[in-house]
Amino acid sequence: MIRFLLNHEVVELAEFDAGLTVLNYLREHRKMKGSKEGCAAGDCGACTVALAELTPAKNSLHYRTINSCIALMSAVDGKQLITVEHLCEGATLHPVQQALVDYHGSQCGFCTPGLVMSMFALYHKDIQPHREQVSYALSGNLCRCTGYRPIIDAATAVCTHSPADKFKRNEQQTIAALKELQSKAETPERGLLLPQNREQLARFIKEHPEAPLVAGNTDLGLEVTQKLKQYDCLISLSQVAELKECREDDDCISLGAACSLSDIEPHLLAVYPQLKEILERFASLPIRNQATLGGNLANASPIGDMPPVLLALGAIVVVDNGEKSRNIPVSKLFTSYRQTVLCSNEWISRILIPKPAAPYLLRAYKVSKRFEDDISAVCAVFHLYVEDGVIKKVASGFGGVAVTPVSCEALHQALVGKRWSSAECIAIGKEILMQAFSPIDDVRATAEYRNQLLGNLWHRFWLENQQDNHIETRVVTYA
Amino acid sequence: MRKLIDQGLPSVISSPIHQSSPHESAIRQVAGAARYVDDIPEPIGTCYTAIGTCPVAAGQLRHLDLSAVKASPGVVDVITLADIPGHKDIAPVFDGDPVFVDDQIKFLGQPAFAVLAKTMVEARRAALLAKYDIQPEQPMFSVQEAVDSQHFVRPTHQMKQGQFSAAYKKAPLKLTGQLNIGGQEHMYLEGQVALAIPEEEDRMLVCTSSQHPSEVQKLVAEVLDVKLHKVTVDMRRMGGGFGGKETQAAQWACIAAVLAQRNRCAVKLRLPRQQDMTVTGKRHPFENSYKVGFDEAGRLLATHVVVNGNCGHSADLSEAIVDRAMFHVDNGYYLGASDVIGHRAKTSFVSHTAFRGFGGPQGMIMAEAMMDAIARKTRQDPLTVRKLNLYGPSTGNTTHYGMDVGNNLLPEMIAALESSSDYWQRREALLQFNQNSPVIKKGLALTPVKFGISFTAKHLNQAGALVHIYTDGSIQISHGGTEMGQGLHTKIAQIVAHEFGVDLAQVEVTSTRTDKVPNTSPTAASSGTDLNGKAAQNACLIIKTRLAEFYAQKVKGNAEDAVFADHMLTLGEKSISWGALIQEAYFARVSLSSTGYYKTPKIHYNRDTGNGRPFFYFSYGVAASEVSVDTLTGEYKVDRVDVLHDVGCSLNPAIDLGQIEGAFIQGMGWLTTEELLWNDKGKLISENMATYKIPAIGDTPKHMQITLYQRPNEEDSIYHSKAVGEPPFMLAISVWCAIKDAISSISGYAVDPQLDTPATPEKVLRAVNAVTALSS
Repeated sequence: MIRFLLNHEVVELAEFDAGLTVLNYLREHRKMKGSKEGCAAGDCGACTVALAELTPAKNSLHYRTINSCIALMSAVDGKQLITVEHLCEGATLHPVQQALVDYHGSQCGFCTPGLVMSMFALYHKDIQPHREQVSYALSGNLCRCTGYRPIIDAATAVCTHSPADKFKRNEQQTIAALKELQSKAETPERGLLLPQNREQLARFIKEHPEAPLVAGNTDLGLEVTQKLKQYDCLISLSQVAELKECREDDDCISLGAACSLSDIEPHLLAVYPQLKEILERFASLPIRNQATLGGNLANASPIGDMPPVLLALGAIVVVDNGEKSRNIPVSKLFTSYRQTVLCSNEWISRILIPKPAAPYLLRAYKVSKRFEDDISAVCAVFHLYVEDGVIKKVASGFGGVAVTPVSCEALHQALVGKRWSSAECIAIGKEILMQAFSPIDDVRATAEYRNQLLGNLWHRFWLENQQDNHIETRVVTYA
Repeated sequence: MRKLIDQGLPSVISSPIHQSSPHESAIRQVAGAARYVDDIPEPIGTCYTAIGTCPVAAGQLRHLDLSAVKASPGVVDVITLADIPGHKDIAPVFDGDPVFVDDQIKFLGQPAFAVLAKTMVEARRAALLAKYDIQPEQPMFSVQEAVDSQHFVRPTHQMKQGQFSAAYKKAPLKLTGQLNIGGQEHMYLEGQVALAIPEEEDRMLVCTSSQHPSEVQKLVAEVLDVKLHKVTVDMRRMGGGFGGKETQAAQWACIAAVLAQRNRCAVKLRLPRQQDMTVTGKRHPFENSYKVGFDEAGRLLATHVVVNGNCGHSADLSEAIVDRAMFHVDNGYYLGASDVIGHRAKTSFVSHTAFRGFGGPQGMIMAEAMMDAIARKTRQDPLTVRKLNLYGPSTGNTTHYGMDVGNNLLPEMIAALESSSDYWQRREALLQFNQNSPVIKKGLALTPVKFGISFTAKHLNQAGALVHIYTDGSIQISHGGTEMGQGLHTKIAQIVAHEFGVDLAQVEVTSTRTDKVPNTSPTAASSGTDLNGKAAQNACLIIKTRLAEFYAQKVKGNAEDAVFADHMLTLGEKSISWGALIQEAYFARVSLSSTGYYKTPKIHYNRDTGNGRPFFYFSYGVAASEVSVDTLTGEYKVDRVDVLHDVGCSLNPAIDLGQIEGAFIQGMGWLTTEELLWNDKGKLISENMATYKIPAIGDTPKHMQITLYQRPNEEDSIYHSKAVGEPPFMLAISVWCAIKDAISSISGYAVDPQLDTPATPEKVLRAVNAVTALSS
């Protein structure tokens, strides 16, 4: 049984198809046609809905958006699912809706319900957003008509002074209702399994060895909606308590594998603020609200943006089977195209990222056709320790250049001992990197471009990390 | 009879015309209550359709084994071309677009059959189970090869003025160039969809997302083998169209209708995004070239342009699209002795179709390419060369197709934007910046737009409307135009409210229905308001005349003095409220309903001579764009955009502004990140939103100053407004020119970079590499 609030109504669902998406539940089962299907792949945001969930202290609500088209019903378990139909109070529009009307922010109107929901979540952020924060909040909503300017203006204006709406006024009732739901949390008995702890997870894996593990479902969702795959059974990691915790230990950051990228962002940035750009450019906000760090690793996709970061930071992957856990350096995780060393009964439980031991240089670069919500043509992460002007240690991670995420050992070795400020470093790095890999031509880039980027991103890294450099290197600045 | 209810209308209102009224559906849209075809409650027993498509680009289909499809769970029916009861070709103008593949496969993704099932997912799963026995043949993927072998969907057309060869020979300076221009996926957020509902006997109601309901009606009737009057098409709104639902929405409606008729159940066909992108045509890619002769000052003396449209496998609208590309290779410039040739290459791709600008952008970009090339060659700022070549007394005022440009607004608009955007000061600042910035280079470009308004197919320049006034004074207007987000219905409501002197709340615009207004033209060519607005006005005027005559008779006044304003009819000293007038007119048996009609005057074009006046008037615009380019990665950012755009007397400034901004960003997408890629088998590989990147919110320039240039249209358009849908799309050419300007700075502006479009970061870096190599 899963239990959630659909707007203000308590819903208990015992029987449903494992692959049922939240959007199909709304549109087909409930005939609620406000949320739209634009792509069924998490790329356009027309299906965006908001979730209100209890904060860890259980005394307030946290609002976030997700792409309902690829979210499984596990995404709403124990939460309030808020749809566009529920925002009005009688005939009065919600302030974000009224702002879109007043600023002429809807033309064809098809993307509008999704935009409304993203603005609604921003409205509940208690910030007076500047333009970048508006872009960040709406990065997952494509509009083909307006050119976005009126939407940006509407969102900025309405979220600057955001008086309490009915959701805020009803917050205590909603909290009480969600606590009640959570106290009854249990897994459905078939279809979509929702283990609550590692023992239950281990048992389900044993009982259903064929069932894929899912967390955010942002990748497996495409198998369902694009390839029409049917799953009798799926095991969701989204409620396993042990996989949801992030903490900072003395020498490392410990990130639960089933935590969403949005959840890990503050922990990672507290230690490595240089990762802001790569985290903000990882897909879109609704995807980051669903997708997990563990999923991005277990997928072993050569174009995921987190594996190169974790390679360059020397992260350790903690793998569990319910009985014993083992530590695997990220550099040993990937074996071939979308394959890892994990055994069939294992899952990734957490990721340990060492804290810096000394002053260091770090940049994570991403080059794609579009700045936001795009997949890297090349992702390159460079991580250096320099002492008294001499390179002591080099680490790196790359995406989009090989069948797995990779590091470049030759680069590491060639640079140790060199003076960081010497221009020789540019030449050495470029020469090695431009020949290090054999990338392919595909829809995102040609091999030739990828090779040149590898060299030129190194050049950029060198320029950006020289002490008295005043050369501008970026067309977009991520503070 | 019970007394009619007077609703108690406000006594004083200001006319809604020229006001920024919100979109008529805005409240329903933001509330999630605006219905699109897929949101309409389905009749009981509705079944769902999926399409099966050909897996190769060319070949003979020897056998199609559908046994597994038929045996798949939930399947109700399966049809192929042989099952179409009536006409099998649904081409819009010239033959060549069968509903399903015949024996000859035309492109990879061509629909081969449709399967009807109890649920959408059952239909889609079943559609994957067909087995194709195909004798492969050699596909034609190269535009150049198609042109060389005269493999055309339509004959070549030519437009000429003066003697190009002689003028070219005499010209002191000469240049040649070529440009490959990418196509564009429409990416309407609402994909193609139709719902066919069988009615009594052989009657059919079709709800569709189409810019051309009348054509859907005709084609559905033809495939069903019934007369047109048996078929009604209803179109409330589209979730975006952009030209992609002008001709290519019909196929899905036809398939749904055939299945609905066979199975006597309502049938819905909604294409999944990836299939939508594969099976529908796009903006035509073009491969163009030019040859120009000019003097030392940079003035064009002789111009020869060849435009080669990649039309795909059939003509669709390519005849008119390539014509429009040809009509716009001059943009705002006098070409001198000119020769413009347009080829329509037949290739093994999906049949490319209408898209905002309709070939105009692919032609116009050649004019700007020529201006840039001449500027580099003569070592001048491109703006100087552009201004020098504008139509006017010192150059010439007749286009290469023999049309007098009339009062060209561009010189004054360019002067205004030059000043308001600080063009020359910024040019100076930018030169300084580039000298001191080895990695990031900035570029600036100011480019004009002159776009011809009218369908070049003359018969399409007509429209109808139907106005009803009900006894409570509320008004319903139906017209032939369709609402796809552009605000057409809002403007029509404003026109009707203005004519009767009532407020907007009194006016309801209905869905576009073929049983209300017949034989309509597509909502396309930016003409929606020009045509339907005039038709609606015409209907209003007819009723107003009746009302005025009725009231004049009553008060013994002169009907010609009647003024409809502020919810009153005033005649000299006498006046009557709108509600009372309508009630009295009803009781006096005055007809409160009328059709309206309009046809565009003055236009003509002779294809034999390539001469005429194909356009009622021109719309103008000017844009200045500034960009930063990263010469290490090819990444770029549009930093600032200033636009001045000619809308005549704007009917709704907010809507016009929305059209200009939206068109600009869409045009920017076309020229920058939106890259269509097919593999060597002819399969589209940028086939979803993950791999085909339209602008996202962060791509909107931080500084975007858009100003309406409000001058009454000199022609008698509706309240002297101007069409605004397409023209501003081409303002984005300024972004492409600015990127080239930034790259050219590497060579000290000596080299004009070769930058095919879309100018993705990869293509920009390639151009940077090439210019760097040439300048060292």
